[in-house]
Amino acid sequence: MIFKSILAGAVGLAAGLQFTAPAISQETVKVGLIATLTGPQAASGRQKVAGARLYMQLNGNMVAGKKIELIIKDDTGVADVTRRHAQELIVNDKVAAIAGFSLTPLALAVAPVITQSKTPAIIMTAGTSVITERSPYFVRVSFTLPQQSVPIAEWVANNGAKTAVSLVSDYGPGIDAQNAFKMRFEEKGGKVLEQLKAPLANPEFSPFLQRAKDLKPDALFLFVPAPTAGTLMKQVIDRGLTEANIRVIGTGDITDDDQLNGIGDSVLGLITSHFYSAAHGSAMNQKFVAEFKKANPGMRPNFIAVGGWDGMHAFYEAVKKTNGDTDGTKLVDAMKGATWESPRGMMTIDPQTRDVIQDVYIRKVEKRDGELYNIEFDVVKQVKDPMHK
Amino acid sequence: MLTILFDGVAYGMLLFVLAVGLCITLGLMNFINLAHGAFAMAGGYLTVVMMNRMGISFYWCLPAAFLFSAVLGVVLERVLYRRLYDKTHLDQVLFSIGLIFMAMAAVDYAMGASPQIVKLPPSLSGRVEILGAQVGIYHLFVIVICGLLTIGLQFVIAKTRFGSRLRASVDDGRVARGLGVNVTGIFALTFAVGSGLAGLGGALGAPILSMDPSFPLKYMIFFLIVISIGGTTTITGPFFASILLGVADVGGKYFVPEIGGFIIYTIMVAVLIFRPQGLFTRSAAR
Repeated sequence: MIFKSILAGAVGLAAGLQFTAPAISQETVKVGLIATLTGPQAASGRQKVAGARLYMQLNGNMVAGKKIELIIKDDTGVADVTRRHAQELIVNDKVAAIAGFSLTPLALAVAPVITQSKTPAIIMTAGTSVITERSPYFVRVSFTLPQQSVPIAEWVANNGAKTAVSLVSDYGPGIDAQNAFKMRFEEKGGKVLEQLKAPLANPEFSPFLQRAKDLKPDALFLFVPAPTAGTLMKQVIDRGLTEANIRVIGTGDITDDDQLNGIGDSVLGLITSHFYSAAHGSAMNQKFVAEFKKANPGMRPNFIAVGGWDGMHAFYEAVKKTNGDTDGTKLVDAMKGATWESPRGMMTIDPQTRDVIQDVYIRKVEKRDGELYNIEFDVVKQVKDPMHK
Repeated sequence: MLTILFDGVAYGMLLFVLAVGLCITLGLMNFINLAHGAFAMAGGYLTVVMMNRMGISFYWCLPAAFLFSAVLGVVLERVLYRRLYDKTHLDQVLFSIGLIFMAMAAVDYAMGASPQIVKLPPSLSGRVEILGAQVGIYHLFVIVICGLLTIGLQFVIAKTRFGSRLRASVDDGRVARGLGVNVTGIFALTFAVGSGLAGLGGALGAPILSMDPSFPLKYMIFFLIVISIGGTTTITGPFFASILLGVADVGGKYFVPEIGGFIIYTIMVAVLIFRPQGLFTRSAAR
C-alpha cells in the first residue's frame, strides 16, 4: 500500500516534471532584484527598483522569445538577509540572475552563493573595487569609488590645491575613496595631511569637520553613502569650512540628485566628480529623466536609478546574445565586453575584470529652473578602475 | 580647543533632554520604556513637517513638539502603558520594543525613509566668537534651553508640592494613595512631561542629528548609556553623565579620530565595572 502510493507519487512527479519543467523554462526568465527598501539606506532601494521597473516598462518584458519577470526582495541593508534572499531566489525561484546590492558588504555576502550556483549577479550600486574579484559571476554596472575619486584628485591638484584632508565613512568604499584620492593627489605633487574616517552608523560629523578645519588644508575631500550626504553637507556649511577658504570637493555621492534640493542653496558652486547627473545633456538622458518623473511623481532619478536601469539593460542584452539560453556562465560571458549608451553616456563592461568602464564628469552645483543640479563642465573619458591589477 | 568643548557640551545637553524623560519613567516610576526614542522622533518629525511643508517658524515648532509628544504620551499611557505597570520588566521591554518597530514602520510609511533635513532660521545659523573660539549660534541656543530646563526640572522635583507627591507615589504608591494623593493622575502627568521633553529634544536635535525612521533604535543606545552611567535616582546624575558623554565623544573623535567612536563605550564599560550602580548615584539611595 505504502509502496504503491510512493510509486504513484513518483510517477506523478515525474510526469509533472516532464510537462511543466520545460514549459516554465521556455516561457519565463526570472531575475531577482535584492534592494534595500527599509532602514537608513531605503532611499537607494526605491531609486533602484524605480530604475529597473522603468527599463522594463519602456522596453517590454519579452526578450528572445522569453518573458522576463522581476522578483523584488528587501534586504533591509543587512548582509545576512541579502544572502538568505539570494539563496531562496536561486534555489526556490530558480532565477537566471540576481541583481541589486546597495552596500558593499551586501554584495560580498552573496559571493560564495553565486560562485557555487554559477548565477550571474549584477551590481547596481555597491562601489568597492574588490567586489568583482570575489566571484567570477559578478558584473558591475554602477561605479567604483577609486574610479570616481581619481578624476577629482587630479582636477583639484591642477587647480592650485597643495594640501588636502580627506573625510570618509569608515567602510570599504570609503577606504577605497581615500586611498585612491591620496594616491593621485600625491602623484600630482600635493600632500594629504590627514585621512579622517567617521563611523558609518552614527552621523555626527562635527568633531571630524572641526579637526579638518583646524588642519587648514587647501581642499577637503568627502565621501559618504548618498543617503547620509544631506546631513554631512549641512554640517560642513554650518561649520563654516567654505568661509575658511577650504575648497570642499568629493565624489558625486555628496551632491546626490535625490537630496540636492533638500540640502539647500548653501552648496551652490560645490565641485564633485561622478558618472551621472540628472542634468546630463544627452537626448537619451532627457528622455530617461522625463519618463522617470512621469512614473514616479515627486522623485528625481539619481545614479542609483541609472544603475537599476543599466543592470536590466545588461541582462536583456545578455539574454538576447545567448538567444534565450539562461546558463549562468554563458550569460556572464555575454555581458563581458558589452558596450551601450546609458543615460549617463557610453559605458562598457571590461571583459577582463567585469567592471564598468565609463566617463567621469567634473560637475558644479548650479541652479536651473529653480532647482539645484550638478552641471557637468569637464570630463575624463572612459575611466577604468585604477585598483584592479 | 574651546570649540570642541563647546560642541561637546551642546551635544551632551541635547542627549540629556532626550534621555531625561526615560530617567523619569525608569527611575521614578520604575517602568522600562525603551520606546522613549519614538516620542523624540515624533517631535523631530513634527518639526520637519511644520517647517518644511507648512513654513512655520522654528521657534513655534519647539513648544509644538513638546505638546504633541506630551499628548501622544498621555494617550498611550492611558491606553497601553498603564496596563504594564504591574507586569515584569521583561514584558515592559518586549512591549516597548514592539512599539519602536511600529513607530519606525509608521514613520517610514508616512514620511519616507530618507533622512529629513531641517533648515535653521538665519537668526540661529552662523557662528560667533566667544573667548577667541568659533562657536555655532545654534549650539549656544541648545545649551541655554537645555540648561534652563534642567534647573526647572530639578526645582520642580525637589522643591514643589507636586515633586514631593511624585516622590511619595513612587516610593510607596499604596500609602500615598491612602493619604489622598492622586497617584494615577500624577503618573500620567509625569509620563506626559517625560514624553514631551523627548519630543522637545527631538525637535532641538532635528537640525543637528539626522531624522530618519531608525532614530529611536539608533539613539536608544545613547539613552541607555546615559542612564547606566548617571543612575536614575536623581536628575543631576543623568545630566552630568550626558555632559561627560557628549564631551568625551566629541573630544575623542577630534583628538584620536582612529578610535573616537569607541570612547563612550569604553567609559560605559569602565563605569559599569567600578560603579555598577552608576557614577552619580549615592549607593544608599532607595
